[in-house]
Amino acid sequence: MRIAVLMKDVPDLVEELEVEDGALPLDDMSFVPSEWDDQALEEALLIKEETGADVTVVAIDTGEVDGLMFTALAKGADRAVKLAGGFSRRLANRQRGAVLAQYCQTQGFDLVMTGVQAIDDLDGQIAGWVAGNLEVGHASVVRDVRAGADTVKVVQEYSGGKMAELELPLPAVLGIQAARKPPRYVTVAKVRQLQKTASVETVDVSEPTAPTLSVRKIYKPEAAGHAQMWGDDVDEVSEKIVNLLEDKKLLRS
Amino acid sequence: MADIVVVGEIQNGVVTDATQELLTRARDLATARSRSVAVLAFGKDAEAAVKTADADEAVVVVDQAVEEYNPGVYEATLVTWLTENPALLILLSNTTMGMDLGAALAARLQIAMIAYCTDLRIEGSSELATCQIYGGKLAAEVELPDRAVVTVIPGSWAASGRSGIPMVHRFNAQPSPISVVKVIEPDASGDVDITRADILVSVGRGIQDPDNLELADELAQAIGGVVSCSRPVVDAGWLPRSRQVGKSGQTVKPKLYLALGISGAPEHLQGMKDAELIVAVNSDENAPIFDVAHYGATADILDLMPALTEKLNGRNG
Ligand SMILES: Cc1cc2nc3c(=O)[nH]c(=O)nc-3n(C[C@H](O)[C@H](O)[C@H](O)COP(=O)(O)OP(=O)(O)OC[C@H]3O[C@@H](n4cnc5c(N)ncnc54)[C@H](O)[C@@H]3O)c2cc1C
Repeated sequence: MRIAVLMKDVPDLVEELEVEDGALPLDDMSFVPSEWDDQALEEALLIKEETGADVTVVAIDTGEVDGLMFTALAKGADRAVKLAGGFSRRLANRQRGAVLAQYCQTQGFDLVMTGVQAIDDLDGQIAGWVAGNLEVGHASVVRDVRAGADTVKVVQEYSGGKMAELELPLPAVLGIQAARKPPRYVTVAKVRQLQKTASVETVDVSEPTAPTLSVRKIYKPEAAGHAQMWGDDVDEVSEKIVNLLEDKKLLRS
Repeated sequence: MADIVVVGEIQNGVVTDATQELLTRARDLATARSRSVAVLAFGKDAEAAVKTADADEAVVVVDQAVEEYNPGVYEATLVTWLTENPALLILLSNTTMGMDLGAALAARLQIAMIAYCTDLRIEGSSELATCQIYGGKLAAEVELPDRAVVTVIPGSWAASGRSGIPMVHRFNAQPSPISVVKVIEPDASGDVDITRADILVSVGRGIQDPDNLELADELAQAIGGVVSCSRPVVDAGWLPRSRQVGKSGQTVKPKLYLALGISGAPEHLQGMKDAELIVAVNSDENAPIFDVAHYGATADILDLMPALTEKLNGRNG
């Protein structure tokens, strides 16, 4: 079985997001792998351990994806492929979906896995775009991927804790909600070590032609309300909470 | 042929609140632009559920294959119907179904897609969507293109309560090789029911290590509450799924929700924003949780939990 894991990196939310002239200065920001793509990679690596599947990590080269690719290789992916075409960090998902589908089409993967969503997918999630472009079966918001010879079984989650087990014929595209285990960790040293021997393949792809959305502005939303803030002093905050409980008659007597 | 199509969801025989919200805004937009609205719904309850919907047309798909949500059958059916009836705007809720089908429909129909929408409005000659991105930390204002699929976050605006008399007709389900093997109902056994607790001590990824859960347990005991959590804590296997608050977990409305080390992602807020009293502690002063909390502090939760426990125990003692 050949599995492709589609990954991308996104701005690190730990850092303060500064908007300049209605846009994000993406070139000045630090990036981390999208957490759901990390979950997809972990689930793929678990399937590899169970069935001997071959795992290829695929990312679009929008600048600095090498770190993400070598980390995936260090975790156990068999191949890493970077799709190059002079793409900018602002490449929208509709375009990403077209580029990724175009590549997957040529490769004959049995299973294409990616994160259920990313924090920046304003124009729809990658799993849907890729599956729709490939016109193959897909399911998103899924976990517990059990791959068989011709089909794959997954658990799809709905609201309130309801779920269903689905069976899809291969090839299929999956939007992964969570892996069965927390994503494995590799040390920076191991990634550096691997960088000396392993390599990331580069495949040139053509620019997609679909139109992009017209985004007027990005901005920090004006919240309808905001908490009354108590600062960061642990003793003071504890005191305030106890007083509040007392006030609201929530303290046990 | 309708200009605006709402893909409806039906639960327990009635149209969901989220679908009612879509119908409301669809009608508002349609009225302003002299357009028509259709609602499309699946399952044996669909016809009864949509016959009073505020739409001009209702399309119901009744077939054994659509009784449970099946992404393959639903998508094939929607693609076929929407190809024959090319609408300008196709609205879905940002539920599992919306996240599953939205972009795929847009790709199959070769039209645009707008996700995480929280507002749809007309401004002069433009039609605009506001979307929530970056875990709720930023918003984007987007011009609606000529044709688009839009997925809307449930609860973004109120449903009008208006009803109508749509022309109802049927459409056949289209086949797909995807099958629903079994439906798994939520596990109601064993663990405490967090929806019944008056006080929830809710921990997020800020708890950092499963060993620190002991601090939350001790605090819950001192305060007379129950420990609940955000999704990553469950995914890491640190607490059972029955403790998860949010979109794919439980919706809670306790007297006090103490959010500790939870950022306040939209999927989490969906499950707790209606709590009577929300106190949030998060070291990031810009965390979106503070937008819904009544009181907030930027203390380190690993220091705060034992300090608060001690204070409470001192009083109880
Ligand atoms: C389809 C779908 C369904 C989902 N359903 C749910 C759901 O039901 N429930 C849910 O919760 N999520 C759900 N999510 C996930 C959601 O998008 C977020 O990823 C999740 O809510 C984040 O959890 P968190 O706030 O604990 O973690 P993070 O976003 O990582 O936040 C951790 C916070 O802790 C703070 N922190 C760290 N250390 C400390 C410290 N020592 N002291 C104080 N603060 C600290 C940080 O500043 C940060 O704000 C869903 C996602 C999808 C795609």
